[in-house]
Amino acid sequence: MAEVIRLDERAARRGDPSDPTARITPRAGRSPRRPVIPSPEELAEAAAFPDNGVPTLLPLQPPTPTDEAGRADGPRTSGAGSVRRISAAAEPDEWDQRVASRLAFLRRRLTGEYDVDEFGFDPDLTDHVLIPMLRLLYQHWFRVEVSGVENIPADGSALLVANHSGTIALDALMLMVAVRDEHPKQRRVRSLGADLVFRLPLVNEFARKSGATLACTQDVERLLNTGELVAVFPEGFKGVGKPFSERYKLQRFGRGGFVSAAMRTGAPIVPVSIVGAEETYPLVGDIKPLARLLGAPYFPVTPLFPWLGPLGLIPLPSKWLIHFGEPIDTTPLGDGADDPMVVFNLGDQVREAIQQTLYNVLLRRTSIFG
Amino acid sequence: MSPEAVSSRIVLVTGVSRHLGAVVAARIAADPGVERVIAVDTKPPEGEAAALLREPSEHARARSGRRRVPGSTALASNIEFVRADIRNPLIAKVIVGSGTDTVVHMGVLASAATGSGRAAEKELNVIGTMQLLAACQKAEPVRKLVVKSSVAAYGVSPRDPAIFTEDTAPRELPRGGYAKDIVEIEGYVRGFQRRRGEVDVTVLRFAPFIGSRADTTLTRYFSLPLVPTALGYDPRMQFLHADDALEVTHRSVMADHPGVYNVAGDGVLLLSQAIRRAGRTPLPVPEIGLSGAASFAKRSGLIDFSLDQLDFLVHGRVVDTSRLIQEYGYRPRSTADAFDDFVRGHNLSSMISPDNVAAVEHVLLDQIRQARESFLGEPVGARARGGGEA
Repeated sequence: MAEVIRLDERAARRGDPSDPTARITPRAGRSPRRPVIPSPEELAEAAAFPDNGVPTLLPLQPPTPTDEAGRADGPRTSGAGSVRRISAAAEPDEWDQRVASRLAFLRRRLTGEYDVDEFGFDPDLTDHVLIPMLRLLYQHWFRVEVSGVENIPADGSALLVANHSGTIALDALMLMVAVRDEHPKQRRVRSLGADLVFRLPLVNEFARKSGATLACTQDVERLLNTGELVAVFPEGFKGVGKPFSERYKLQRFGRGGFVSAAMRTGAPIVPVSIVGAEETYPLVGDIKPLARLLGAPYFPVTPLFPWLGPLGLIPLPSKWLIHFGEPIDTTPLGDGADDPMVVFNLGDQVREAIQQTLYNVLLRRTSIFG
Repeated sequence: MSPEAVSSRIVLVTGVSRHLGAVVAARIAADPGVERVIAVDTKPPEGEAAALLREPSEHARARSGRRRVPGSTALASNIEFVRADIRNPLIAKVIVGSGTDTVVHMGVLASAATGSGRAAEKELNVIGTMQLLAACQKAEPVRKLVVKSSVAAYGVSPRDPAIFTEDTAPRELPRGGYAKDIVEIEGYVRGFQRRRGEVDVTVLRFAPFIGSRADTTLTRYFSLPLVPTALGYDPRMQFLHADDALEVTHRSVMADHPGVYNVAGDGVLLLSQAIRRAGRTPLPVPEIGLSGAASFAKRSGLIDFSLDQLDFLVHGRVVDTSRLIQEYGYRPRSTADAFDDFVRGHNLSSMISPDNVAAVEHVLLDQIRQARESFLGEPVGARARGGGEA
């Protein structure tokens, strides 16, 4: 009976605005502890499977200092000790939900009972494994700061056009986390990748499951026609494989296929400037014969790679800033999708917008690792 | 089309010694609009296929006393089996002599019958189609042609768009024998269409068949206890329920839907997901090792895998079916449903069934809660002691 009273007390305290412990905003919920705390959707989704042996779950209860103190008094040794560490600051019920959600996830993976869209995008895996992993990098390693997120439409299709850099396409992954976490509607980004991405084992699997697809007209238009948020990096390998000395200088955009796709589908173009990716793996050299041997566009030499072997794969902890520029409406140009002049002009306009913002955002950053 | 005109239809079906050919012939024969069906193959149907053809339909029983193709065997009362080789020009005599108005070409083989090799399969597929089309071209009464094709026509490559529409041209010529046959067959069909523009030509690009009764290389693959997959690839797959293949073929014969159509179940299953749904365990093997494993399986007679099937298992293939759904007003059951039907029908019992996994999950959750309760000394989670469970 005593336990029931405790729960009630807690509930009452949560409702009381004067209690400082109760005022935990969603923003605070995304504090550095976030990676181990399931998002509200995860919990809602875990609660949505009550018929599968998972009992109905209580709503999310934010951790309170009292409970932490209470836990500290408790005995330290237990069979569940190893798992307990993760929960250090969480309240029992939340912990319970987390366990239930993880188990439900494992069950779905074991029995194949999840949905994948026709491009191979696996939202279940992305939300439960891929994004939480990337979020660690996003929050603690690169400490990404995002601005202009209101320029991404709340619904309907849009084409995010971003600069590409950093030897490995980490910027595409961070952009995915940025929009998912910072956008009020938590929209998903569907990235477009070069065919090399889909030829490589493991990489292709990861790319498809995280929502990427091949950068080709059919796929882009299909995604935009179904109201998706598509991200494209028109510099391609010229961008990621450029030497460190040319950092933040936009390379030539491709044939402008992305521009005509946006025009044809009437999707607005949102220029995106990503600062920070350039310094993750400063490319100081390129071993061309080795690249040719491996069939890769370049073989990177960075201050750490390949000298330190696998350690060289650790990105430098540069400070990242992502800015979403004002959307460019393409509907007035809808008829020009097949006119190369119109396409090139719009492409240049987008390129200029990104380049200008890149310089401005760079000025805002106090130091590379700040 | 007036009812009289409809009821006088004579349909020739090739490839009836195979399951799909037999069910198509039987289904068409049972339709009141069809007077008779001429079932053609190089060898007489056996077993299940024969039983299907022999089953007389209500409507067929009502008809009697019709002329026959010389040398034919009556099966069900309005189906006649003609043992003829479509690679032989004699097929023209059968078509002209019977007054056939519709030719349904189901004799396109995905895998050679046991004993005969790839050369025989290719000859039957390619030369057979050539001869059959040549015969149709000469036969005036023929006004409809339905050809079984395959989504293998698109080939398999990582440089292709994620979803093929009927208009997508393959990036590179497929390397598998069957897929090459399909490309050639479709080429001949286009040639025929040009020469006989007044004939309605329907080309059905079927996704791989699956279903409770289907017995194909794929169903045998998914029945292996450990299913080898390519390491680092988890291809998207689409299947077609065999019953839907029958339905779409039947509709193509009974109504006019000229054109090329992708026929597949909506939605996608990842290979790993499909294996899990079948209660099997994936065994990732490096792609190079997979070719070796496939040739070993082929030699040992375990599974006969062709190169294009192997490519399919590495890169997968997804097609757009909106043209079919719009034109036929028919939506084949989804890939996931078709696959689940296969799992149920083949009774793939395994330790890793959804019920068992859910039970284990339940027990684990309970154990963890109990451990924590004894540790914290207070009820935990939604199932506080004495509290009812939803």
